[in-house]
Amino acid sequence: MPIKIAVCVKRTPASTSVAIDAAGKVQTKGLPHGINPFDEYAVEEALRLKEKLGGTVTVVSAGEAEAEEVIRAAIALGCDDGVLLSDPAFAGSDGSVTASVLAAALRKAEAKLVLFGKETTDGASGQMPAFTAAWLDWPSVIGVRKVAAASEGELTVERLMEDGVDTLTLSLPAVVGVIKEINEPRLPSLKGKMAAKKAPVTKWTAADLGLDAAKLGAAGSPTEVVGLEPVPARPAGLVIAGATPEEKAKALVEKLKEAKFI
Amino acid sequence: MANTGSGVWVVAETRRGKLLPTAFELVTAAKSIASQRGETVTAVVLGAAEGAEGLASAGAAKVLLLEGLGEFADDACAAAIAAAAKAGAPRTILLSSGVFGRSVAPRLAVALNSGLGSDAVALELDAEKRLVVKRAAYAGNVTQKVLVKSQSGPELATVRPMAYPRSAVNGSHGTVEKVQGDVSAAKGRTRYASFAADASPELDIGAAEKIVSGGRGLGDPKGFELIRALAQAMGAAVGASRAAVDSGWIPYKHQVGITGRSVRPRLYMACGISGQIQHMGGMKSSDVIVAINTDADCPMMKAANYAVQGDLYKVIPALIDAIKQARG
Repeated sequence: MPIKIAVCVKRTPASTSVAIDAAGKVQTKGLPHGINPFDEYAVEEALRLKEKLGGTVTVVSAGEAEAEEVIRAAIALGCDDGVLLSDPAFAGSDGSVTASVLAAALRKAEAKLVLFGKETTDGASGQMPAFTAAWLDWPSVIGVRKVAAASEGELTVERLMEDGVDTLTLSLPAVVGVIKEINEPRLPSLKGKMAAKKAPVTKWTAADLGLDAAKLGAAGSPTEVVGLEPVPARPAGLVIAGATPEEKAKALVEKLKEAKFI
Repeated sequence: MANTGSGVWVVAETRRGKLLPTAFELVTAAKSIASQRGETVTAVVLGAAEGAEGLASAGAAKVLLLEGLGEFADDACAAAIAAAAKAGAPRTILLSSGVFGRSVAPRLAVALNSGLGSDAVALELDAEKRLVVKRAAYAGNVTQKVLVKSQSGPELATVRPMAYPRSAVNGSHGTVEKVQGDVSAAKGRTRYASFAADASPELDIGAAEKIVSGGRGLGDPKGFELIRALAQAMGAAVGASRAAVDSGWIPYKHQVGITGRSVRPRLYMACGISGQIQHMGGMKSSDVIVAINTDADCPMMKAANYAVQGDLYKVIPALIDAIKQARG
């Protein structure tokens, strides 16, 4: 039986060298943006699962209107359609609230298997897969480096842990967060790029999803960014002097000894 | 409804019957909060674990052993902790921000109607003694302060490994209590099948005090023999840059950086690593950085506390000799 797969992607700045403006907000307007690099692995794995099981892949992204660009970029790779979740009411939502929006959309889209990348290059919490699964009340697993077996009823995956690899079987519907080790993402084909221009991208607002505005946005979020500052560059260090590698090695070991590393 | 809980809980992760050392880091972090509010620290241990009682003599007033959980499944662990938290009503719960914390903390936040601050490098309290999480964003270029506005549930945070020192045994005598973990909310949807340990059990970079890393400058996979020899001489874990991992010289789990893992050792030795922004973002909060590189002007050499210009194939063997001499 074919399966309805969804992959969640985010439009992020292509560079992490960002400025903080006078109002104390990170300034990303005007910077080049693209699909969050980690999400490319999730898109690729979704496509591989579709090739294996049949079915469709829907790209889901929450953000401003520009997020449609990254949805179409994923469609160019072979995804079937997209959903853009955009509403002024979503602005300023924290991870938990954004995940509640994604969860409502995934339920409405009738997704049975949802993939995420490891984390985003901007916020980098790495918590969206588990948050979304929690709102859906579905099982989830992150750190997945391999899908060992997949059927319409369940999924067996390998999870990379600090001490080795866990193998787990999850019943579907489920949420899976993948890591870079899982695959090598493909490049878009010309045919795909053409298809992406015409593919349907549905736009849903809070009202379309039946969400309560009081539980959205900055005011509805249980966390709030109260301070933001650039991290100062590390002060210049010491260049270890010496005429030969041996002299330099000796001088460095002296320093490491003083600092009690040896 | 405001949070009416009291006390700071730390969730102590276990792996295959062993307590992970991050538990002791969490106790230190928890004590820093609890002492300012006149509260105590409770360590919640997932499963019976070797060494768990040690938490009771390292600052935890109470150790709660949640039994019957089996190996790590996200929903079962979250369900058991949530059930215990509903019964115990803490004001704050801290977890470590590895794979475990990222898997479990969001589920706890939703189950308990809590706010969650993630991957803290430091914890603070605001004027109303509410939790504020200091964290890195944009590849470590920006520090955010995130206020956790607890709703009806406890305030939650995950804490980056190595951000706090491990709490030492200090002669305190906390109590130890065993409770059967309630995993009913997980509905048995995740089955843990098996575990495969790493072929060569090496020191994990996430918990290492010292890391020796190799990059593109090694030139070929044999370079890691040299990196491993230096790591062994230093008692350090082995790390790598993305270039080295993508070249297939060393497995992904050694990769340091935003695309790999963020680390915060006391000493980071970067050998033949130029310092791409993605790599720097994962290690620049290390206490001391040593760089060995032929290019004196590369970002890593500029960021290093000690920069050694030279051919690493000449410098590292000389360094290993000098370390051995220094150790006598």
